[in-house]
Amino acid sequence: MSRFTPKVVTGNALIEGDVVYLTVDNRWTRSHAEAELIEDEAHAQLRLLHGASQRQLVVGAYLADARRGPNGPEPAHFREAFRTRGPSNYPHGKQVDLRHV
Amino acid sequence: MYEYSDFDAAFVRARVAQFSAQVQRRLSGALTEDEFRPLRLMNGVYLQLHAYMLRVAIPYGTLNPTQLRQLAWIADTYDKGYGHFTTRQNIQFNWPKLPDVPAILSALADVQMHAIQTSGNCVRNVTADHFAGAAADEIEDPRPVAELLRQWSTDHPEFQFLPRKFKIAITGSPNDRAVTRAHDIGLRMVRQNGAPGFEVIVGGGLGRSPMLGTVVRGFLPKADLLPYVEAVLSVYNEAGRRDNKYKARIKITLFEMGAAELTRRIEARFAELRPLFSGNDQVLLGQIEAAFAPPAFRNAPTEAYDAFYTADPVFRAWADTNLAAHRQTDYAIVTISLKAHGATPGDASSAQMRLIADLAEAYGHSEIRISHEQNVILPHVHKSDLPALHAALSQQGLATANVGLISDMIVCPGMDYCALATARSIPVAQEIAQRFNDLKLEHDIGPLKLKISGCINACGHHHVGHIGILGLDRAGVENYQITLGGDATETAAIGEKAGPGFAYDEIVPAIERILRTYLALRLEPAETFLQAYNRLGLAPFKAALYGEEGQQDAA
Repeated sequence: MSRFTPKVVTGNALIEGDVVYLTVDNRWTRSHAEAELIEDEAHAQLRLLHGASQRQLVVGAYLADARRGPNGPEPAHFREAFRTRGPSNYPHGKQVDLRHV
Repeated sequence: MYEYSDFDAAFVRARVAQFSAQVQRRLSGALTEDEFRPLRLMNGVYLQLHAYMLRVAIPYGTLNPTQLRQLAWIADTYDKGYGHFTTRQNIQFNWPKLPDVPAILSALADVQMHAIQTSGNCVRNVTADHFAGAAADEIEDPRPVAELLRQWSTDHPEFQFLPRKFKIAITGSPNDRAVTRAHDIGLRMVRQNGAPGFEVIVGGGLGRSPMLGTVVRGFLPKADLLPYVEAVLSVYNEAGRRDNKYKARIKITLFEMGAAELTRRIEARFAELRPLFSGNDQVLLGQIEAAFAPPAFRNAPTEAYDAFYTADPVFRAWADTNLAAHRQTDYAIVTISLKAHGATPGDASSAQMRLIADLAEAYGHSEIRISHEQNVILPHVHKSDLPALHAALSQQGLATANVGLISDMIVCPGMDYCALATARSIPVAQEIAQRFNDLKLEHDIGPLKLKISGCINACGHHHVGHIGILGLDRAGVENYQITLGGDATETAAIGEKAGPGFAYDEIVPAIERILRTYLALRLEPAETFLQAYNRLGLAPFKAALYGEEGQQDAA
C-alpha cells in the first residue's frame, strides 16, 4: 500500500476570493503555515467534508498535497506554493497582506 | 461607433439587476455555489487562483475614450489600478470582490459595456481586425457585421447551452489580422463580381487539438450572413458532442463528420432558415453601418512628421515599428505597445488608460481599439500629430518601439493568475523581452511572433506563433515545450513541436539558441525568421536546441 501524502484543506473565500486553509480548530486562515496538516487518509476525507460544508465561507474546497516544515505545513507542489504568495509579476495578493507574518 | 439603442440599454440594465439579485442570493445562502457558478460565468465572473476575475467584453475591440476612462475608474475603485487586455479583445480585472461585482457591472452599463457571454458555452465576444475601418488593404469595415452578430447572439435562446464555447472572428481585409482560421467560425470578406461577401471558415481552434478551419462556403453574399451563421450553429448545436468536454468543439464535429457532410448539413439547414429572414436584419445592419461612418478626416500638411522622422532617431524607430498604413495617405494607424520590456504583456495601468483616452480625443478622432495581440490601437492619427503623440506616450511608458518584434509577445496570464494553468507564462515573457533587449538583437532579428501559453488550452495562441512556447507540469516541475513555424495570418499554419521541453531556467537560453541559429543561417537580413524556417525546416533549429546527439534521440 502506498504511503499517504499529507494534505491540507484549501479553497477560496466566498467574498474576497482569497486562498484560505482549514486550521485544526476549524478556522479558515490565509496562512499555509497555520493550516492543519492531515496525515491520515480517512481523516483527510472527514476534514474535506467539513470544509466543503462551509459553503457560505469557502468555495471549491479540496485537498492539496503538503509536507511538514519547520514553521508549519509547506506546499508540496509549485501551484500550491504560488497560491500561498500571489502572482510573480506584481507585489499583489498574499505576499503583501501577509508581509507582517 | 455604435451607440446603444433604448432596447440595448434596457437589456444590459435588466441583466445587471438580475445578476445583482443572484449575487445577493449567493451571499445570503439562498443559492449554493453549484447553482451560482453557471450564473456568474454567464456574466463574466470567474474564480481564479488568488481571487475572482471579471472579464469584460470589448466588442470587436472597439472603445471610445469615455469607456476607457471608465475602465480606469473601475480599476482604481474596485481593483488594483490596472487591467489586463486579452487575446479575445476583452479586458480582465484580476482582483474584484464578489459583493462589488454588481456595482462594477452597473458602472460598465453606464458607458454601454457589459460582461455578458464572456464565459460559458455560448457565442463569445465577436472579434475583428483591430485595424478595421482604417486599414489601407480593407474591402469593408467588418465591425457593423460584428455588431449585428453581437446583437443576434446575445441571449439567443437557441444558443445559450451549446456543446461548448463558440468563437467568431471577422476580417474585412485579405491580410488576416484576426486569426480567422483558428476560430469556430472565421469570416473573411471577399468580393465576387464587385459585390462584398464572405468566405466562411468553420472548425478552426487551438487548444489540445489544434486545427485550422475549413472553408465551407467560398462566397456568401453579405445579406445571407445571419441565416448562414445560424445554420452553422444550429447544426453544431445538434451534432456537437456533449459526452466529452474535450471533443465538444465544432472542430471535432468537423473532424469526425468530415467537411463534406458538415457542409451538406449546414447548407440544408441554411435552405430552411434563409426564407425566414424577411430583411429586417438588413435594415438593422444598415442602421449599424451608418453608426460606423468614418470620421471627418482632415487635410493638413505632413512636413512636420517628415522632419521629425529625419531628425529624431527615437521617433524614427517607433514610427518604423508601431505605425501601419492608413487608407488616407496623410494618416497612420498607431499601435501603442503594452509590451514594455520587462512589463506584463497586455497590462495597462489606470494612468495609462486615461492618457490613451486623452490622446485619442486630442489626436485620434476619439477612436480606440484593443488588438488580440494585446496592444492598444489609435486607428486614425494624422501624420502631423505623430511627434506630439509619441512625446506624450513616452511620459507614461507607452512609447516602446517593438510592435511585431520578439518582445511584442502574446502571453496568457498563466499560473500567476489562471486556475487552469499548468505553468507560468508572464515571467518567461518578461525574461525573454529583457534578454533580447539587453543583447540589442531585437531589431536585428526583425519581424517575429512569439506566443506563450501556460497550458494546453492555448489562450496564448502558441500553436500559431513563429515560435510558440507551451508551459506544462512535468512531474511537479514547470516545463516548456517549443513549437516552430506557426503562422496566424492568411497563410496560417500550426507550428511543429521541436522536441522535448525545457526547464524554467533553460527556456530563455533555448530561445536564444534558436534565434542565433536564424541569424547565422538567414540569406539576408530581409529574410524573416518564418521565411528562413520554411526554407530550412526544423533540423538546424533542433540541432541548436538539443545538439547533434539530442537530435538523433528525438528522431
